[in-house]
Amino acid sequence: MAIIQADNIHFFYPGGVKALNGVNLSIEKGQSVAIIGRNGSGKTTLVKHMNGLLKPAQGRMLVNGESTGEKEPSELATQVGLVFQNPDDQIFSTSVWDEVAFGPKNLGCSEAEIKNRVELALQTVNLLSCKDLHPYDLTITERKLLCLASILAIRPEVIALDEPTTAQDQLGVQQLGSIVQQVQKSGITVVTITHDMDFVAEFFERTIVMRKGEVILDGPTAEVFSQPEILMTTYVKPSPMAQLAKEIGADRNAITVQKMVQWIVDRGQHIAKTA
Amino acid sequence: MGIQIKDVSYRYPTAEVREGSTRGLWALSHIDLDIEDGELVVILGRNGSGKSTLCMLMNGLIPHFFKGQLKGAVIVNNKNTAEVEVADMVKDIGVVFQNPFDQLTGAANTVFDEVAIGPENLGLSREESLERIKRALDEAGITELADRAPYQLSGGQQQRVAVASILAMRPSIMVMDEPTSQLDPVGTDEVFEVIDRLHREGMTIILAEHKVDAIAGLADRVVVLKDGRIELMGKPKDVLTNPALASLGVLPPRCTELAIRLAKENIWVGDYPLSIKEAKLGLMEILNGNHTG
Repeated sequence: MAIIQADNIHFFYPGGVKALNGVNLSIEKGQSVAIIGRNGSGKTTLVKHMNGLLKPAQGRMLVNGESTGEKEPSELATQVGLVFQNPDDQIFSTSVWDEVAFGPKNLGCSEAEIKNRVELALQTVNLLSCKDLHPYDLTITERKLLCLASILAIRPEVIALDEPTTAQDQLGVQQLGSIVQQVQKSGITVVTITHDMDFVAEFFERTIVMRKGEVILDGPTAEVFSQPEILMTTYVKPSPMAQLAKEIGADRNAITVQKMVQWIVDRGQHIAKTA
Repeated sequence: MGIQIKDVSYRYPTAEVREGSTRGLWALSHIDLDIEDGELVVILGRNGSGKSTLCMLMNGLIPHFFKGQLKGAVIVNNKNTAEVEVADMVKDIGVVFQNPFDQLTGAANTVFDEVAIGPENLGLSREESLERIKRALDEAGITELADRAPYQLSGGQQQRVAVASILAMRPSIMVMDEPTSQLDPVGTDEVFEVIDRLHREGMTIILAEHKVDAIAGLADRVVVLKDGRIELMGKPKDVLTNPALASLGVLPPRCTELAIRLAKENIWVGDYPLSIKEAKLGLMEILNGNHTG
């Protein structure tokens, strides 16, 4: 059974702006999925349906087979955790530790369990040494990681990240990628919205492409990146390596530097053998 | 004219050294940087390396708004920024901040009105104001958003409103602090195209960025900061292929990285590429067997 399933979802914002126009998709447990598309294409609206912050005007969003329609967001919190784009929309405690402890406390965890969860979550995002600081003494990069930690401490089955790479520098993006891999390895399904195609190429196996409230492509990332003409219609370009792969006629899976090096080395050996 | 930054060090009033941090109390230390009229200078470096602080020095926000301790001098179009009010610098230099929330006035109900605030306050004629506003909206690619409310736009759209509102002031120098951080890839390309065009028309541009792939072909000069000091400076080709780059926390463009990795395998010979186009040329030669690696 899919952990997230959208059945023909339509959604309008007040004033009649149509944000989702018949979205169908299904995400299996343990997958890593990137959602891409131009600004305003409905990515955030879709993700807000996954944890019940928004309810479909038509159609159904199923989480673990149950419709979000009748549920409160609090009931869904242990199933789908959403990390907002702007950390300052999310943070409200006066210490890093308390911010992360809030979730498990509300779940009624024991003191020992709370301590255990907060420590592990802060360790995962490399903020354990900052546990006594005020969140606003952290840099914006660190505050974004703090928001991720506070969701990790709830231990939801799905974590959805809304543009986690904005305000991160290059090494910060790499660090975030290894956190995503670590989280996914622990069995959590990771969904991210992003404009950073290198981040997608390196860390997400599947990519969903949105345009004007519709899903226009959905498949393995390399397959999606091999269709630049369609991506262009929603203001997206494949990762630089995927563009290069197309230009030189390389294997379409060579969408990262590592994979491109491997393809060229293999190709060289092949040429050497046949020469 | 241009910008002369002479042995500048700066410390924020609330600066404290955090445990485990490698940097000291000074956000910037002994910065010497001369920027010529018409030059496009890109500033690279990790978050916290001093890029934004350097941007705020150039239009006088430091030391007028952020007090702290400033040593040395910043001269912009022959004006010492410490001695001239920020308001008197607006025709010389405009700054686009990283977070559009910091930029939008909150006083305007429409994008058009937001972009109009600058020219109106310069005391221009109505015709001149209108002309500038329309052109700025067009250049930032947001003409169709003119009647929308700024705070109902997406982050990416707000970012372009911020760019337009500075463009409408027609400063001779524009400082942009990660102006595309929230934009989709094509929106990002569009803003870089605007920057490229303004540069070709003679505007002086200082751009703080992380997107090395995009700026490699744009910049006249690249400056790399680490812990508030200039550690590398020069032509994009020299800086972005410099082996010391990684130790400063900056990664080269992907195409450059590919060639560096292939050189280690004795497959790539010669200059490293900065763009997909250059990488393609080199790789086609390799794949056609025209190399001796």
